[in-house]
Amino acid sequence: MAKKDKLSGNEAVAIAMRQINPGVVAAFPITPSTEVPQYFASFVNDGLVDTEFVPVESEHSAMSASIAASAAGARAMTATSSNGLALMYEMLYIAASSRTPVIMSCVNRTVSGPLNIHNDHSDSMGARDSGWIQVYGENNQEAYDNFIIGTKVAEDPDVMLPFMNCYDGFITSHSVENIELMEDQEVKDFVGEFNPEYALLKSPSAYGPLALQGYHYETKRQQAEGMKNAKEAILKYSAEFEKLTGRKYGLYEEYKLDDAEIAIVIIGSTAGTAKYTVDQLREKGIKAGLLKIRVFRPFPKEEIAEVLKHVKAVAVLDKTCSLNDAGAPLFLEVRSALYDLETRPMLINYIYGLGGRDVKTSDIESVYNDLAEIVKAGKTDNVYRYLGLAEE
Amino acid sequence: MAYNLKEVSKKPERLTGGHRMCAGCGAPVVVRAVLRALKEEDKAVITSATGCLEVSTYTYPYTAWEDSFFHSAFENAGANAAGIEAAYRNLVKTGKIDDTYKFIAFGGDGGTYDIGLQALSGAMERGHDMVYVAYDNGAYMNTGIQRSSATPRYADTTTSPAGKVIPGKQQGRKELTKVMVAHNIPYVAQTAPFKNFKDLHEKSEKAIYTPGAAFLNVLAPCPRGWRYDTPKLMEIIELAVDSCFWPLYEVVDGKYHITYEPKNKRPVTDWIEAQGRFKHILKNEEAIKTIQADVDRQWEELQALAAMNK
Repeated sequence: MAKKDKLSGNEAVAIAMRQINPGVVAAFPITPSTEVPQYFASFVNDGLVDTEFVPVESEHSAMSASIAASAAGARAMTATSSNGLALMYEMLYIAASSRTPVIMSCVNRTVSGPLNIHNDHSDSMGARDSGWIQVYGENNQEAYDNFIIGTKVAEDPDVMLPFMNCYDGFITSHSVENIELMEDQEVKDFVGEFNPEYALLKSPSAYGPLALQGYHYETKRQQAEGMKNAKEAILKYSAEFEKLTGRKYGLYEEYKLDDAEIAIVIIGSTAGTAKYTVDQLREKGIKAGLLKIRVFRPFPKEEIAEVLKHVKAVAVLDKTCSLNDAGAPLFLEVRSALYDLETRPMLINYIYGLGGRDVKTSDIESVYNDLAEIVKAGKTDNVYRYLGLAEE
Repeated sequence: MAYNLKEVSKKPERLTGGHRMCAGCGAPVVVRAVLRALKEEDKAVITSATGCLEVSTYTYPYTAWEDSFFHSAFENAGANAAGIEAAYRNLVKTGKIDDTYKFIAFGGDGGTYDIGLQALSGAMERGHDMVYVAYDNGAYMNTGIQRSSATPRYADTTTSPAGKVIPGKQQGRKELTKVMVAHNIPYVAQTAPFKNFKDLHEKSEKAIYTPGAAFLNVLAPCPRGWRYDTPKLMEIIELAVDSCFWPLYEVVDGKYHITYEPKNKRPVTDWIEAQGRFKHILKNEEAIKTIQADVDRQWEELQALAAMNK
């Protein structure tokens, strides 16, 4: 029986962790993820879980201890944001190459500088090629659900990769929303026991070799295969999850996209704002649609091309900037995914919401208006644009 | 049972031969001696910071370790052992394993005194039931003999070279053993593979079997960095100990005990002259005087600390 509650995103994720009852949680506080280890520490000290909580002295040690605990044979979890993720950077790659399925919530916050505690996606997007599965939630329910599904995906024997549960700092992490929680036992049964084939405390085994020219390349190829398998695993376990909860998840979410002539591609909480705007435009007879990316790693390239191919003009909205004078990550990957189509939509990129800059429905509406202009003119002009900048 | 080298040497090796450490290197000698202090029936998980020891003992697809071994990066051996020890406690608590495991982390002075100091400090302060063993060879040897905070004053390294104006490293060495004492952990010791290994063996045993966090700082000469003939390894160690450059002591629950007092404290020049890295200062009286003064002051301080417990 599902339980209805009103929770912040962080509290919901901490509850998911309590329900899973992992072996080790090692974490270091950083806004806006801090509440996750705070809630969890109280679960530990109130005797609600068997978990060893390791209050480490840095995020680098949080990730190091998590990888080591996972290699030892315990399910390991952590949470971080922003500069905390940046401090883990070295270890993110090692988590993936060691095939230790650490589960981490990345409560998205901009990376310094200037110093700013608010939301954008520059933290997790900076780690997009580190070998982690990345799933982005739009709201509290998705942050909770993705965490539970992600645990199952990461530990699948054909995957064995770390999982990053991304959701927007403050907007999702701190806002209180209605949410449906699963029963504790239901969650435990769904994720099952962590029982890796090899573990330091199971039989003599070794992790972290020096692997030179003769071996390093093949380990990377194997990681790539694990990431490829993750796509199938996400679909499989999301379908199992739907049977239990009635909540349906895919690699992405299409919103009024079927017959859309203009569309936005977006990640995270702003999808909610965009859906509202789509509804408003539809009432005016404008064929606006939306594609919300849920799974960014692995990147569902063929599927995205398929659902966007009929659209005349598409704006990809990135809540990060690559500072490369070419386009931000989601845009570049969507554009690459569309390249193999015979006829493809016209495509523009908007940078938006950096450092927590508010995104209003009027901002989103202006993007659709620009797309309508592009369709009318039959050309894109400036491809790389900024939304909601003070200078405009 | 009284210590008997012949007896303890009969234990099966837990770091097997065939690894790629240099001839005359102190590190594998230290590792084997520490591991001999493990009870045969006890299992262990060994972790290592990136460094000579790691790259030479676990070069894929070969490993020289009989026990489970974990390495991930340079600066985190403390955090790694902590994570594994935490996993162990959880697996015991939930009834998934019942074997006795011990957790031993090895790091060179680079991975311990410098880049890994934070993770080490955190692991010790949190009191994980583990032993951290620094094998101190006094420079970043794996990357090609760069200075560390453990490098002695005036030593010639590739980043503190014996130049025409500046004669090697300008700073004295960090006394890490005392820094670890300040963590108020139950057992801290400074030791070396000295003579019949009794000091190192007994301290390893205490470190491993004292519940809670323990730290061993072990002198482990490097023939390339120190520039001595490889067969002279044990001699070099003896000179370091007898000159009181490297005093042997332990700190049990905060109380200092000197475990070896040389009958005749040798001048530090005996130790310095045996190594090529000090060649440029052998005729520099001021430099020699400074080194001797450093050694004397630290030895006197240590004696005073030990006297407080008498």
